[in-house]
Amino acid sequence: MSMPFYVAPEQIMKDRADYARKGIARGKALIAIQYSAGIAIVAENPSNTLRKISEIYDRIAFAGVGKYNEFDQLRVSGVRAADLKGYQYSRIDVDARSLANQYAQILGQIFTHEMKPLEVEILVAEVADEASKDQLFHIFYDGTVLDERKFCVLGGDSDAIYSRMKESPLLAHLDTALLADVVQLCRNALSGPDRQLPIEECEIAILNRSGDRRAFTRLDDTEVNALVQG
Amino acid sequence: MPFFTPGDHPGASFAELLKRVGIDPFQKHLTESSTHVNFPHATTCVALRFADGVVMAGDRRATSGNVISHRSMEKVVSADKFSGVAIAGTAGPAMEMIKLFQLQLEHYEKVEGQLLSLEGKANQLSMMVRGNLPAAMQGLVVVPIFAGYDLQKGYGRLWDYDPTGGRYEEREFVATGSGSVHAGAVIKVGWRTSMSQDAAVRLALKSLWEAADSDSATGGPDTLRGIYPIVASITANGWERIDDSTLSRLVEELIAEHQERNQEV
Repeated sequence: MSMPFYVAPEQIMKDRADYARKGIARGKALIAIQYSAGIAIVAENPSNTLRKISEIYDRIAFAGVGKYNEFDQLRVSGVRAADLKGYQYSRIDVDARSLANQYAQILGQIFTHEMKPLEVEILVAEVADEASKDQLFHIFYDGTVLDERKFCVLGGDSDAIYSRMKESPLLAHLDTALLADVVQLCRNALSGPDRQLPIEECEIAILNRSGDRRAFTRLDDTEVNALVQG
Repeated sequence: MPFFTPGDHPGASFAELLKRVGIDPFQKHLTESSTHVNFPHATTCVALRFADGVVMAGDRRATSGNVISHRSMEKVVSADKFSGVAIAGTAGPAMEMIKLFQLQLEHYEKVEGQLLSLEGKANQLSMMVRGNLPAAMQGLVVVPIFAGYDLQKGYGRLWDYDPTGGRYEEREFVATGSGSVHAGAVIKVGWRTSMSQDAAVRLALKSLWEAADSDSATGGPDTLRGIYPIVASITANGWERIDDSTLSRLVEELIAEHQERNQEV
């Protein structure tokens, strides 16, 4: 009978983290950012049918990067959890913080107990009546949750994109920024210095602060083109 | 958070999801005595087609036997942006069914990433009515009507149901509830192909007026409290409720019409 080799827990965790990070780094990035009328989410996504951004509940959106089948499974679980909670209690009891915690539990559990971690990073965003109460939860492959302010970047090359975003003077007055301006900013940051990201490859959705029950809107091709042309 | 393995998940069905987490919204454990209790009942609702879609309308009264239990009930509600549902029957299960139906359509839309077809929505409602059959056999009957704008076909459509979940598409109009005979007769006489929205709204109001005139369980416009029937149109632009100020004006015109008629005698 052969004995399994001893591997230090630190090594196991490091290997899993490297594996997940490599998977995520291969995928394309996305940015969520606050603006005057709510929250905009801009993703680099060549597909017009396999979505990275979607609606979870009235004021809550989901976005994922990495392995599509894995974050899509998480997305559907989120919709189920939110609809169940809204049915059993009330629609106003469904909140992003609770969803983010549940996602973190699942990702953390899979990271420590399964053979393979999920190769995803996800965002749970909630728009509130006031910009100061908007929430952007950035959840990592190992269950780490970050509560981000103003904007957040997920996916491959996110450090470089983050620093490009940081340089923008627009960040100082997002409360008056127009949708076209923040979309332009995100598109430039996603593109980088060596290329211009084609607008057809931008998936854009917004959470509108207008007070309508369902705040989530996905912009269609004509709306996206109108934004770019001003 | 319910996390299912692939191949073992409830799909886009909210009702199936409820079952999987141990919630069964349709009570099947009633005793025979339930038929002898007077639960609140909702009454007359109508829907009719016009040139650009459909108009739905319903009175506001709920009755328990001979007592008016509620004066401002909303029996006609939007199911989603392009469809509406109106319910007659036992108010409790009826309201629960509306809530579940609305949730089911939204749940499907979010999970699948696209709207269910109008035919699919009508079918879903049919299954819910059938799910309520054991309760219906004990007297808690729920009979909805469903109407909407078919985005694929480009016109309005409407459906009638029976308590067993039978689903019947109609070409002109449908009426349900205790006052449906009277309301239906008024619409049958006044209905024209390709009516304008204004004419359809007036006809719907008139049908409820006449139903209230002949059926004690149907409430007429309550000008004293400012409670008017719920009237809504569904077109390519979606569900739009006709506001109370418009309804109050139309009701006044209807009253004037009646007074004129009485003077001629």
